[in-house]
Amino acid sequence: MYGKRIDGRDFDEIRKIEAKIGIVKSANGSAMFKIGDTIAIAAVRGPRDLYPKFMQNPKSGILRCNYNMMSFSVDERIRPGPSRRSREISLVTENALMPAVNLEEFPNAVVDVFVEIIQADAGTRCAGICAASLALADAGIPMRDMVCAVSVGKVGGKIVADINKYEEDYEDGSTDMPVAFLPRRNEISLLQLDGGIKKEEIIKALEMARKSCEKILEVQRKALMEKYQNG
Amino acid sequence: MDNVSKDYMIKLLEKGRRIDGRKFDEIRNIEISYDVSKHAEGSARVRVGDTEVLVGVKLEVGQPFPDKPNEGTIIVGAEMLPLSSPDFESGPPSIDSIELARVVDRAIRESKAIDLKKLCITEGEKVWMVLIDIYTINNQGNLQDAAALAALAALKQAKIPEYDGKKVDYSKRNNKLPIVSLPVECSVIKIKDNLLSDPNLDEEKIMDAKLTIGVTGDGEICAMQKGGKGILTIEDISKMLDISLKNSEKLRKLLK
Repeated sequence: MYGKRIDGRDFDEIRKIEAKIGIVKSANGSAMFKIGDTIAIAAVRGPRDLYPKFMQNPKSGILRCNYNMMSFSVDERIRPGPSRRSREISLVTENALMPAVNLEEFPNAVVDVFVEIIQADAGTRCAGICAASLALADAGIPMRDMVCAVSVGKVGGKIVADINKYEEDYEDGSTDMPVAFLPRRNEISLLQLDGGIKKEEIIKALEMARKSCEKILEVQRKALMEKYQNG
Repeated sequence: MDNVSKDYMIKLLEKGRRIDGRKFDEIRNIEISYDVSKHAEGSARVRVGDTEVLVGVKLEVGQPFPDKPNEGTIIVGAEMLPLSSPDFESGPPSIDSIELARVVDRAIRESKAIDLKKLCITEGEKVWMVLIDIYTINNQGNLQDAAALAALAALKQAKIPEYDGKKVDYSKRNNKLPIVSLPVECSVIKIKDNLLSDPNLDEEKIMDAKLTIGVTGDGEICAMQKGGKGILTIEDISKMLDISLKNSEKLRKLLK
């Protein structure tokens, strides 16, 4: 079919999003974020004491993220426990959230963010960041902005938003570019790329990511309002 | 980094100067040497200013992945040796060394630098595994670009040993590893509003954000990784891409 994608979406159309706050009762903040068939949950614990002590920063609290895919989240079971991939994603998640939070009020403390992927259909790190940002807001951590993330890229010569697994594995090659925005100031806090793409296409894809993130922000905002407007 | 040095460096940048006298988009002097270890199938030493990295490539016979039964495999590892920096410690791989290896891997894999189909020995059973190991020797900043260049240099030199179906004879190496594209990585960091190529260690320590860009010979971008806890704008990224596209050509010319 011309002008459409495998799942019937337009090139710049993201999948259906759902967000829910407060899914882990014992956590200081928590959220679920679903985009298409990708489901991420995140929980925030802290600010709390950080040990070992030499890791403490007397000027500010630190943010510590842990990203994990559940073993059954994909067809071929993932061996439980950290992998090189999950450790790298934990790092870039931390870097993506860091510019949005202000932890100066919590010297020597740590804010732990745990992200778990329950079901994966591409874009898991982005869904995880969206969930984590909601969980941080739910935990009442001081924030300069929300963080919204989406994977854009090039599939079959077309620039597309929110790549699904089928598109990611497209046999003639696809380019996958996860991007996170702090939407209020249009600042980018996560950027990665796998594939082959020209500079002009990257800029076009970034613009598409920016617009997609506006839609994600709306859903995030609604989820937060639902919990806090009447509470 | 103490505040006095940091303030001094930022003041210099405001005047358009870098602490080591380079222009903002200027990379340090680079030297590549080959055959640093004779038992490796290919090896290279890269010096970028005072930063130094060794990379060795070994080949082993192994099993292909089930979804790619007729393709060889690539494994990239990195060791940030304690001898190369006071900041590195022995022990299991740190997150920084994992990132270093994975971003080198990304450029090689995504640009399809190695023709993996030519590394198939028996479909579904035996293929050549390309094991690329990175060791840091001295860290004066920008290990990433040095490691990527050293890996590519080592791959370009690498020769496949003889295999009789049972045993690999490492004393006889004949055919070159099939290298079909030349991805190099160029990193640009942001300090305040300044964009600096090939950061030295002092600059890296005070950077807000970094973007590593993998570029192939035809000017395509095959890999990117944003680092650091700060932010970038679309305008920053556009400028960083221009700078790296330009510098990538200089790096590629250095390869034999």
